[in-house]
Amino acid sequence: MISLSDFLIVAAILFGIGIAGIIINRKNIIVLLMSIELMLLAVNTNFIAFSYFLGNNVGQLFVFFILTVAAAEAAIGLAIMMVLFRKSGTIEVNKLDLLKG
Amino acid sequence: MYVEINLLSIAVVLFLLPLAGALIAGLFGKQIGRSATHWVAITLVGCSFLLSCYLFAAIVLLGHPPVEGVIYNWVTTGNYHFDVAILLDHLSVTMLFIVNFVSFMVHIYTVGYMADDPGYQRFFSYVSLFTFSMLILVLANNFLLLFFGWEGVGLVSYLLIGFWFKRDSAVDGGLKAFIANRIGDVGFVLAIAAVLTYFNSLDYHTVFNHVPAVLGQTIRILPHIHAHVITVICVLLFIGAMAKSAQIPLHVWLPESMEGPTPISALIHAATMVTAGIYMVARMSPLFEYSPAALSLVLILGATTCLFMGFLAVVQQDIKRVIAYSTISQLGYMAVALGASAYDVAIFHLMTHAFFKALLFLAAGSVIIALHHEQDMRKMGGLAPYMPITYLTFAIGALALAAIPPFAGFYSKDAIIEAVHLSTTPGAHYAYLCVLAGAFVTPLYIFRALFLTFHGKKRHEGAVNESPWVVLVPLIALAIPSIIAGGMLIGPMLFSTPHLLGDSIFVLPQHDVLTAWAVDYKGAQTMALDASHTLPFWLAVSGIAAAWIFNMARPEWSDMLKKRFSWFYEILIDKYGFDKFNQVVVVQGTRRLGEFFYKVCDLMMIDGIFVNGSGRFIRLFARVGRHLQTGYIYHYALAMLLGLAVLLGWFVLGF
Amino acid sequence: MTILQMIFYLFSAVAIASALFVVASNNPVRGALSLVLTFFAMAGVWLLLHAEFLALILVLVYVGAVMTLFLFVVMMLRVNVLSAREGFVRYLPFAVLLALIIIGLTIIAVGPKQFGLTSMPAPAAEVAGYNNLADLGMVLYTQYAYPFEISAVLLLTAIVAAISLTHRLPTRRKNQIVSKQIAVKRADRVKLIAMPSVKKINLSDKPSEAGEPS
Repeated sequence: MISLSDFLIVAAILFGIGIAGIIINRKNIIVLLMSIELMLLAVNTNFIAFSYFLGNNVGQLFVFFILTVAAAEAAIGLAIMMVLFRKSGTIEVNKLDLLKG
Repeated sequence: MYVEINLLSIAVVLFLLPLAGALIAGLFGKQIGRSATHWVAITLVGCSFLLSCYLFAAIVLLGHPPVEGVIYNWVTTGNYHFDVAILLDHLSVTMLFIVNFVSFMVHIYTVGYMADDPGYQRFFSYVSLFTFSMLILVLANNFLLLFFGWEGVGLVSYLLIGFWFKRDSAVDGGLKAFIANRIGDVGFVLAIAAVLTYFNSLDYHTVFNHVPAVLGQTIRILPHIHAHVITVICVLLFIGAMAKSAQIPLHVWLPESMEGPTPISALIHAATMVTAGIYMVARMSPLFEYSPAALSLVLILGATTCLFMGFLAVVQQDIKRVIAYSTISQLGYMAVALGASAYDVAIFHLMTHAFFKALLFLAAGSVIIALHHEQDMRKMGGLAPYMPITYLTFAIGALALAAIPPFAGFYSKDAIIEAVHLSTTPGAHYAYLCVLAGAFVTPLYIFRALFLTFHGKKRHEGAVNESPWVVLVPLIALAIPSIIAGGMLIGPMLFSTPHLLGDSIFVLPQHDVLTAWAVDYKGAQTMALDASHTLPFWLAVSGIAAAWIFNMARPEWSDMLKKRFSWFYEILIDKYGFDKFNQVVVVQGTRRLGEFFYKVCDLMMIDGIFVNGSGRFIRLFARVGRHLQTGYIYHYALAMLLGLAVLLGWFVLGF
Repeated sequence: MTILQMIFYLFSAVAIASALFVVASNNPVRGALSLVLTFFAMAGVWLLLHAEFLALILVLVYVGAVMTLFLFVVMMLRVNVLSAREGFVRYLPFAVLLALIIIGLTIIAVGPKQFGLTSMPAPAAEVAGYNNLADLGMVLYTQYAYPFEISAVLLLTAIVAAISLTHRLPTRRKNQIVSKQIAVKRADRVKLIAMPSVKKINLSDKPSEAGEPS
């Protein structure tokens, strides 16, 4: 049988890859957003795994809500990115430093 | 016959009437016009005066027991409650009578004196407001309401000294009065606080009844220095009285207050407000009696004031200032009487003094109007034939002040001198010498003023006319009590049992000088007739004679004396250097201190270190810290993830 | 190795490999497509966990809608593909190190020691006729009705926000504002200027050149 820790380890690896993606990527905000989606996927997997092994379907319900929020976040994030591209003509992360102190 | 509630409500109406007058004159004066204003104000104060006559008759003459009642609950906090409550006893109704009588006279007199002044309505408003405050002060049955009235009269005094606010000297005089009174108020407020702390109440009766309980207690004023609570309270109270009643060294404001209109000098700075301190000490007699130290202080300061301020009056050239210094000197007499535990005598002198000093001021005012606001006596002279009534009334006032029998001042001043003579309070010998010398100095300066003003050559150009009847009527009305009040009242006030002031005054048996003196007292007429056997009488007569010699018969002697004793004359002209001292030490010192605090504390420490320093520090910090803010998303994410890694490591490996 | 384990490892391997490609690819279009593959693979893993509904939702909503949106955006914005690799190698070791640390720590935390089969045995099989969808629905529409409605409002807000952010007002159109036209006054349009009248012609002067055709 597949143990709970197997699922959790897969999720952890996906999460780690998402983290690495955020740090490595200096050029494209879209890849940044995709990395965030990866991390969310890892978290959702954790929820579902625990939900299955603990026999409690509220975990799945939580994933449902997370998916909703993630969809909203993706939509708005992409919209903001569109506006950003229109204003500054770029979506390169290392050129966006308006908050520089 | 007299129902209590009636007396109380009469008292309420009595003090509300002048307030209504003040409000009407102050707020609607311009609308209703000048004559309507003075009719309203005079009518209301007149009604108030009639009511006070009624109260005086009810309580003093017909012996109705004292009435005390709460009118309004002012503040309730915790266990304390402070009320607007009034006390009608012998002392307060007597004071009511004096205050309202003088105030009424001054209201009438003002019509003539201020006739051509643009601030007519404002003046009436102030005077009525003053009457209201003074009535509150007198009627109060607790320290807080007393303080309210105390501050009220102080405020109006300030407003009225600076009434002609376009004159710099008037504004300065007002400020001086205000500041001197604030110094006294510090003492008064501290005294009230001490009373509240140790007696848990501010009502007179409660406090006086608890005096024996507090008697043994001490209070720490400085480390290792303890003093009796009662003494501390009394000294603090007397500091308040010192400012209000112009005792050395807080007397400096009273001569300056002569910048105000003359009716005010008569009402506030001679007859009523300045006697508030005397009234207050008499009211607090149950406290002062238990503090020989405070009594001694009162006695010595009063005696000093009485003699040395009298000297100053001799060298003044301004007629109002002569009378002002005379007022200070007479207040000194009253303080001496208080210090000798002869509170009745003090109030007696307060009363006669109110009459004849108001008379003197108003008569001087009459002269001043006639000479078109000329106050310098060197420019007067020979006015007697032109202003017979003014001359006569001024002379009556002068004789009363000089303590010539049978005028009012004779009885009261003689009583003071006798009381001091019999007193056993420490310092009584010194005080006795002072008041005896004062008995010589007083006629000297007042008759000097009389001779310079009314006798000799006429030194003023232009026609001089007698003043209008609104000025003369109050003069005559005040002249009558100045003649007869002393002889009439000395018996009932000092020697009959019970005294006119009844239970309001409390005197310990060992301090009771009046009883000791009563043995020798054989009636007012006898006292006046026997005056020729007494030292004060001959001192007074020689004072008048000296005034005549130096000013009329041999004026050159006076110049000679001035040259011979020029050092003493200089001191007198300098007013013993009080003003100079205040200017140099207090004013300059305060300014230096302020400069120090401004430059060192404010500019260097607060501005330099705290205000700008913190700003500089933040700016420095920010200049370094802003480099952390690169603006790149991945740097922020990296910081977050590093934190995550650290926390995760702590969580996983820490177990 | 049972068939289930084989399926699990297969799907996990595909998911991890495609996730790595998402991060490593220099072309965002390929990255997005490989993210789709990751989602597909993880949907398979979720099916192993008996979360049929969510697995389908993941495929339908994420792959069908969200990732399509990503692709749209990626294709709409002309991203310079060549410059995307700049700095990649420079930060790679550090990123890998940090990712490995976090992965390693998480694995220690959730490894077989804590959540192995011994401490957390697989649950019993569901009873016959079990319906994951009905099961979720029973909870969602009763106990979690309010959060459900709130999430609906959230989606609406997201729609409004996304549209209002990206919607471009037509700028070139010339509108006619009727109220302004009606409210106009004569003084706004006509300005009378005082001009000096024609100079008196002096007959001795030369006739002006403009006046006389030569």
